[in-house]
Amino acid sequence: MNRTRVLALAAASALALAACAPVDDGAEPAASASDGALATLADGRLTIGTSDPAFEPWIVDNDPTSGEGFESAVAYAVADQLGFAAGDVDWVTVTFDQIIAPGAKTFDVAINQVSISDERKQNLDFSSSYYDTAQAVVTLEGSPVAGATTLAELQGARIGAMVGTTSLQIAEDVIAPTTAVSPFNDNDQVKQALAAGLVDAIVVDLPTALYITAAELDGGVLVGQLPAGDNPDQFGLVLDKGSDLTAPVTEAVDALRADGTLAALEAQWLTDAAGAPVLE
Amino acid sequence: MSGPGPAAWAPSATQRDRIDFRRHQARRSGLVAAASTVAVTAVAVLALTSSPGWPRVRQSFFDPDVALASLPAIAQGLWLNVRVMVGCAVVIVVVALALAVARTLRGPVFFPLRAFATGYIDIFRGLPLILVLLLVGFGLPGLRLQGIPASAVLLGSLALVLTYSAYVAEVFRAGIESVHPSQVAAARSLGLTRAQTMRTVVLPQAVRRVVPALLNDLVALSKDSGLISILGAIDAVRAAQIETSQYANFTPYVVAGVLFVALTIPLTRATDAIARRSGWSRSQGGLAGGAL
Repeated sequence: MNRTRVLALAAASALALAACAPVDDGAEPAASASDGALATLADGRLTIGTSDPAFEPWIVDNDPTSGEGFESAVAYAVADQLGFAAGDVDWVTVTFDQIIAPGAKTFDVAINQVSISDERKQNLDFSSSYYDTAQAVVTLEGSPVAGATTLAELQGARIGAMVGTTSLQIAEDVIAPTTAVSPFNDNDQVKQALAAGLVDAIVVDLPTALYITAAELDGGVLVGQLPAGDNPDQFGLVLDKGSDLTAPVTEAVDALRADGTLAALEAQWLTDAAGAPVLE
Repeated sequence: MSGPGPAAWAPSATQRDRIDFRRHQARRSGLVAAASTVAVTAVAVLALTSSPGWPRVRQSFFDPDVALASLPAIAQGLWLNVRVMVGCAVVIVVVALALAVARTLRGPVFFPLRAFATGYIDIFRGLPLILVLLLVGFGLPGLRLQGIPASAVLLGSLALVLTYSAYVAEVFRAGIESVHPSQVAAARSLGLTRAQTMRTVVLPQAVRRVVPALLNDLVALSKDSGLISILGAIDAVRAAQIETSQYANFTPYVVAGVLFVALTIPLTRATDAIARRSGWSRSQGGLAGGAL
């Protein structure tokens, strides 16, 4: 047996182990925030994650820093409640998988139309809901389902939705189409699939539906809303499981709801949903 | 074998010593290997489980409940991968062989065919598969022509065939060009036509030589078959993604990974065994197709 080689191997293993020596990312000192109040990633700054591209009406022109668009406005309002000036807010780009990944997060909170659900609560913290929405069906003029007034008329249609969204789940559960709902990577591809004829109709949340039929699709038709069932879809801010910020952020959202800020922002950025009939 | 022949052969004392020594050595190596394996595994497991993030990582990636709940959807998705892979593989081999033969045609009259094959291979080998998928998937049906399928699976398969046949055509061409010119000369001198020479002398040898490379492309295809999910088809990866976002837990990805590996490893071993039995691997030796 070659002793030097064994030694070299042992040394190499020791080095490798040292390289991945445990670092507890959860053990950041809680009282390090310069303002002495909140333990955020960067002292005195609030880092907010959202996706890229971000879509209207949630964020205008894919620029979350503008404060324009419902989620951007809500984010700044929450930051303000927590004591962060607009200049103290940093934005980072995150995907859904990055939001749910265990380990160190690149954001303090994420705002990305993430629906609150019990399954997700096993692995994530949510603030209280900042927006309750319905799901809506969109199609193109001339499509066989353009005049649909009942859910039954949609069952034979090929339906598209964005992967991992409540839209997809509700389309499956409520419409129960004969062909499985086609999932696409993002709402842009969902729209492309509708325009290209890969699907006959798409399901998106109501504000998005109103926006794309009015501004983005040529000949887009809003067929109607899907009944919400027992639990309406609620969007929450996402935090790391067990985050110290969950309670303060929830309090901030509750305060914004109580003082009418959320309702005002809804009226400002999300078109009134009154025009969309509910499909039975 | 009858009669009281000489007593059965008995090993000499030296031979017995030798046997004992070898057995001892074998047992010793076995023990050392086992001890070393146990030690390495223990260190790895310890390093993993003692890391501070381990409980959350285990919960996020190895949750048995989520694995079980997501398995049916993922397995159903994998069935789509298998069907797409098998269907595409057949079409790809046919198209690629035609392209490769077209590229090796001699004579000025065949120039357009040669040029087309070369251009096709250059373009589709150069384009990233995902671009081909997006262009074919969202572009073709957008033309609203009669007869163009609007099925994500068919359109995705078309994109896979376009891209992979360009790669596989080059593999076939390498095989064809590896057959020594003297073989063609000999076949022609026996009175075979060019077409007969190609069919009976060159191609059989060429195909044998490129079998390992073809298998490589088949395994790659089995994994890339998942890319058709961007057109809305629900394959194993997309099914896992749906489950992952529903539970906010990564275990479905691990389940899909395990299923894919379980699919490709037997595939590789089986084709290796077939290749060995047919003596294909040996045909690589020598230009005369292994006859030496």
